[in-house]
Amino acid sequence: MSTPADLRQASPATVAAVTRGRTRRNRRRRIVIGILVVLIGAMVAVSLMVGRTFYPPGDVLKVILGQDVQGATFTVGRLRLPRTCLAVLAGASFGLGGVTFQTMLRNPLASPDIIGISTGASAAAAVAIITLGLSGSAVSVFAITAGLGVALMVYLLAYQDGVSGIRLILIGIGIAAMMNSIVSYVLSTAGQWDLQEALRWLTGSLNGVRWEETVTVLITMIVLVPVLFLGSRDLTVLQLGDDTASALGVRVDRTRLLVVVCAVGLIAFATSATGPIAFLAFLAGPIAARLAGPGHSLLLPSALVGALLVLLADFAGQYAFGTRFPVGVVTGVLGAPYLIYLIVRANRAGGSL
Amino acid sequence: MSTVESVTPSGAAVVRRPRRVRLLWFLVCLGLIAVLIVASIAVGTRFVPVPTILDALGGADDTLDQAVIRVRIPRTVLALLAGAALAVSGAVFQGVTRNPLADPGILGINMGASLAVVVGLAYFGLSNPNSYIWAAIAGAAISAVFVYAIGSLGRGGPTPLKLALAGAATSAALVSFVTAVILPRNDIAENVQSWQIGGVGGATFERIWQVLPFLGAGLAVCLLSARSLNSLALGDDVAAGLGERVAIARGLASLGAVMLCGATTAICGPIGFVGLVVPHGCRLLVGPDHRWLLPFSALTGAGLLLAADVIGRIVARPGEIDVGIITAFVGAPFFIYIVRRQKVRAL
Repeated sequence: MSTPADLRQASPATVAAVTRGRTRRNRRRRIVIGILVVLIGAMVAVSLMVGRTFYPPGDVLKVILGQDVQGATFTVGRLRLPRTCLAVLAGASFGLGGVTFQTMLRNPLASPDIIGISTGASAAAAVAIITLGLSGSAVSVFAITAGLGVALMVYLLAYQDGVSGIRLILIGIGIAAMMNSIVSYVLSTAGQWDLQEALRWLTGSLNGVRWEETVTVLITMIVLVPVLFLGSRDLTVLQLGDDTASALGVRVDRTRLLVVVCAVGLIAFATSATGPIAFLAFLAGPIAARLAGPGHSLLLPSALVGALLVLLADFAGQYAFGTRFPVGVVTGVLGAPYLIYLIVRANRAGGSL
Repeated sequence: MSTVESVTPSGAAVVRRPRRVRLLWFLVCLGLIAVLIVASIAVGTRFVPVPTILDALGGADDTLDQAVIRVRIPRTVLALLAGAALAVSGAVFQGVTRNPLADPGILGINMGASLAVVVGLAYFGLSNPNSYIWAAIAGAAISAVFVYAIGSLGRGGPTPLKLALAGAATSAALVSFVTAVILPRNDIAENVQSWQIGGVGGATFERIWQVLPFLGAGLAVCLLSARSLNSLALGDDVAAGLGERVAIARGLASLGAVMLCGATTAICGPIGFVGLVVPHGCRLLVGPDHRWLLPFSALTGAGLLLAADVIGRIVARPGEIDVGIITAFVGAPFFIYIVRRQKVRAL
């Protein structure tokens, strides 16, 4: 135990070292965020310009400013622009939602796509759209209700003298299996087996995106993201454990409730627009943690990583292979080995993941 | 019958059911299956009255009803076979890994078989069903070894929860790969779903004949390993002390189980949770002795899958629900129940 006297004695060197470390970490974080923003900007530009037909930057800019350009107005304005915007927004939503859960439950495997929350939202959205024939905000209400319901159900089922990490994850996997069977059933009742629609609800896809979906996700983000960022400081403290956090003055239950509702809301609205993009919520957090280093909230870096991943995966899925893969298939194939690597590493280390 | 009980020490008598009780359950199961078979042939989009079924079994096939029956009979047979195979393979995996959460679906073994078949179809031009089955068995074996290796890394060896987690992760990974392989291939993509969710619709006797030798061989290997599974249940050290060659016994039993679930997946697609639920239920009925547990699991599994198929045809009339969807919906709560029952220490 160090007494105040010890601290005072050690102070000049220690304080200098701590300050240096802090400055270095802050600088690294700022640089990483800067690079991510630049990369996202570049990818947005590329996805708007490149495609079956190439449009020079000037044409794209004119379309964005609302001028009429032969051909480009339709292709860029109606097809590529909403798709690219939704890619950025949905990617950021999934990244934020995922890293919130991972931070709060202190386990990278506890991301909403693994513990069934995205699957639940997807099942509800599929039921609302395919079985009940709803559209627009009604679908989102369904999705967010189901997402919150699943989150609550997983938490309650995992509760047994406290919540253990692995038990929560396994129970989430069980719930995800049930939700997946609902999705499959709903898809099989859809009279015509529509492959595009099916893939959207099974792995996530940006095909056939319209402006209204993009706007819904944008409004959700405008409302929920500031709330989430306000809670981010408390969330970081929550990582030290409930007791420490409440000793440090965090209202644990209130913070948790607020943060979960925001995260589920982001995930559910994004899911009702694009379907559950496979492993995205799971991937963004750990990648951001590697890039940005420790010591700060991961919310902003994860949102940026999520957006960049969706842009890259969607672009690669459309043009890198012979056929057009939906974005969820690409992120699924990329994310799967990483998931297994994470489990191997956790088992080796012998910790609680 | 009474001698068995008098010889056993009083403590063991609680676990070990008297033979009469077991025989009673055996007959009850047989009776239920007979009822289910009739239901399975009678029920569906078109309801067929029972006398017509008897006529059709006698060989008549002039009316529409009898034609319907001729489609439903192979389907019923396939459901019985697949259920039995999956349940036995689940029971063997639970015995081999000493893990209450083991099931060929949860451990990702069925998805491994599925991926192998899909890759074979897409890239290696597999066309005759016999090579499917071999591919499926190879895929099942590879994923079984893979999951076991990942799950047993680190301290404490293959604990139930680590294995289940490794299996679920592998399964999720394999689903992504299956989708990625099928998607660009319109020739095999006519039903993406059937390689992600299993079903027994569209069965023919021709395909059943092709898979039957594999199922028979797998079942025989499993039943012959029943005695060694009993020793393995006592722990590796005790089993070795009893003269069991632990590694060989374990390998052989796993091989049998892999053949069963691989061959089943090759014709039905991946069906989960049957191998989890059935052995747990059977243990309540006949106790933990594998010599009784395995045959009983086969019987109950056959009944369960057939029941799931019949339910799938009743609930969604005039359409039908694939049996894999029903088993997942019913089996997942059971999985959660077992996870909850595990001691916190094991987490």
